[in-house]
Amino acid sequence: MIRFEGVHKWFGKLHVLNNVNLQVKQGEVVVVCGPSGSGKSTLIRTINELEPINEGRLIVDGMDLGGRGTDINKLRAEIGFVFQQFNLYPHLSVLKNITLAPIKIRRLDRKEAAQQAMALLERVGLAEKRDAYPSQLSGGQQQRVAIARALAMKPKIMLFDEPTSALDPEMIGEVLAVMKDLAESGMTMMVVTHEMGFAREVSHRIVFIDHGIILEEANPAEFFRNPKHERAQQFLRQVLSPMH
Amino acid sequence: MTGGLDFNVIRDNLLYFFIGRYPHGPLGGVGLTFYLAVVSLVLSFIGGLILGLLSISHNRVVKWVSLTFINAVRGMPLLMVIFWMYFLWPGLMGRPMPESQTVILALTFFTSAYMSQIVRAGIEGIPKGQTEAAISTGLAPWQAMFYIVLPQGLRNMIPSFVNQFVSMIKDTSLAFIVGVDELTHIATQVNNRTLVFPTEIFLFIAVVYFILCYAFTELSRWMEKRLAWRKAI
Repeated sequence: MIRFEGVHKWFGKLHVLNNVNLQVKQGEVVVVCGPSGSGKSTLIRTINELEPINEGRLIVDGMDLGGRGTDINKLRAEIGFVFQQFNLYPHLSVLKNITLAPIKIRRLDRKEAAQQAMALLERVGLAEKRDAYPSQLSGGQQQRVAIARALAMKPKIMLFDEPTSALDPEMIGEVLAVMKDLAESGMTMMVVTHEMGFAREVSHRIVFIDHGIILEEANPAEFFRNPKHERAQQFLRQVLSPMH
Repeated sequence: MTGGLDFNVIRDNLLYFFIGRYPHGPLGGVGLTFYLAVVSLVLSFIGGLILGLLSISHNRVVKWVSLTFINAVRGMPLLMVIFWMYFLWPGLMGRPMPESQTVILALTFFTSAYMSQIVRAGIEGIPKGQTEAAISTGLAPWQAMFYIVLPQGLRNMIPSFVNQFVSMIKDTSLAFIVGVDELTHIATQVNNRTLVFPTEIFLFIAVVYFILCYAFTELSRWMEKRLAWRKAI
C-alpha cells in the first residue's frame, strides 16, 4: 500500500529523512515513534506529499509520487490525514466541514453527503454536534470531527500526525477509542504518536526513527520487551516513566 | 450680507449640487460622485482580488509582473495616474474616452494596487494548516483557496477594505482636475459664478462627503456583523 525506497529529504542543510526504506501492507496499523525532531512527522507528511521528497521512490496505492502521470489531488482524496492541530474549518459548521470534499470531489449531492456525514458523526459519537461550529467544541470533539472529515472521502489509508498531542489528558481516551475502532475495522493506518499504550495494544508494527534514520522496526511485543537499539531503549525509558 | 454665513446659495443651487444638469444634460454633482465611487469600488474589489492572488502566485513570471505593476502604481500620486489615463490612454487605444470613464479607470488601477496587498496579507494571515487540511481531502489548491482560505481571509480584510474605499470616495474629488462634473467640480463652478460664498459652499460639500463616507462605514460594519461566524470562545 505504501512503499518507501531509499527516500531522502532535506530542509536546507538538515537531513530530515535519511535513506528510508519501509513498507506498509493493506490493513496494517503501523506506529511511528521517536524523539521530537526525529523526522517522524515529515515521514508521514511525505505520503500525501504535504512534503515532497528529494530523492528515492515513494509508491502509494500503486502510484509513484515523483512520477509524471501522477495526479496528486486524486491520490490525496484516497488518503485521510489527521493533524495534531485538528485544522477544522472555523467558518463552516461541523456538518459542512465533513461534506465539503465529498460534494466537491466525489460529486455527491448534498442530501447524500449529509446522510453519510451523519453516519460518521454517529460513529465518532458526535451526532448532536452537526450544526455546531468548531470553536464550540472541545479539543477531543474537534479531533473526532476531523477524523470523520477524513473518513468521509472513504480513504484507503489513514494517516495520523500526533493526533492526541494537543489534547488535554482527559480527552485523549475518546480519540484513541475512535482510532482503535477504525484499526479493528481493517483500515490501513500509519500513526505518529507518543501513546505507547495505543502502540502496544492496537498496532501491528512499530517503527522507531531518530535523526531521519529508521533505527528499529519490530512488532509491539518485541519492541517493548526487547528494544535492540540503544536510542530506542533510552526513548522507551523516557516515554514510559518520564520521572526517571 | 456682512459677517454671518448665508446658506441661500446652497438652497438656490441644491438640485445642481445633487444631479448637475441632469436630466437636460449628463449626470453630475453628488450623483456622479456616487456613481464614480460605486463603479470604481466594484471594479477595484475585483481587480484587487485578482492582483492579490497573482502576486502570491507560485509562477515567478506572473508574480514578478504583478508585483511590478503594483509597486509602480503605488509609487505614483493618484493625480498622476489620472493624468496618465487622461492623456495617454486615448492615444494608446486610438479613440477618445469619456472623462468619467478615464477617472473610473484611474481609480480602479490605483485602488486595486493597494487592495491587492490587503488581499495578500489577508490570505497569508490564514494558518497554513487550513490549506493543508483542505488539500489533504483531495481538494485542488485553487479549491482550497476558494472555499477555505478566501472566505476566512476576506472577513479579516473588511476593516482594511473599508479604509481603502472611504479614501477612494474622497479621491473621486480629484476627477474635477480633468473636468468631470462631480461634486467638487460643481462646487467650484458655483463658487466661480457667485464669488462671495466659498465658505458656505465648501462647508456644504465637506458635510456631503462626510455623510457619504460615514454611511459607507456603517454599511460595512453591518455587513461585518452579518458575516461573522462564531469565533473562538
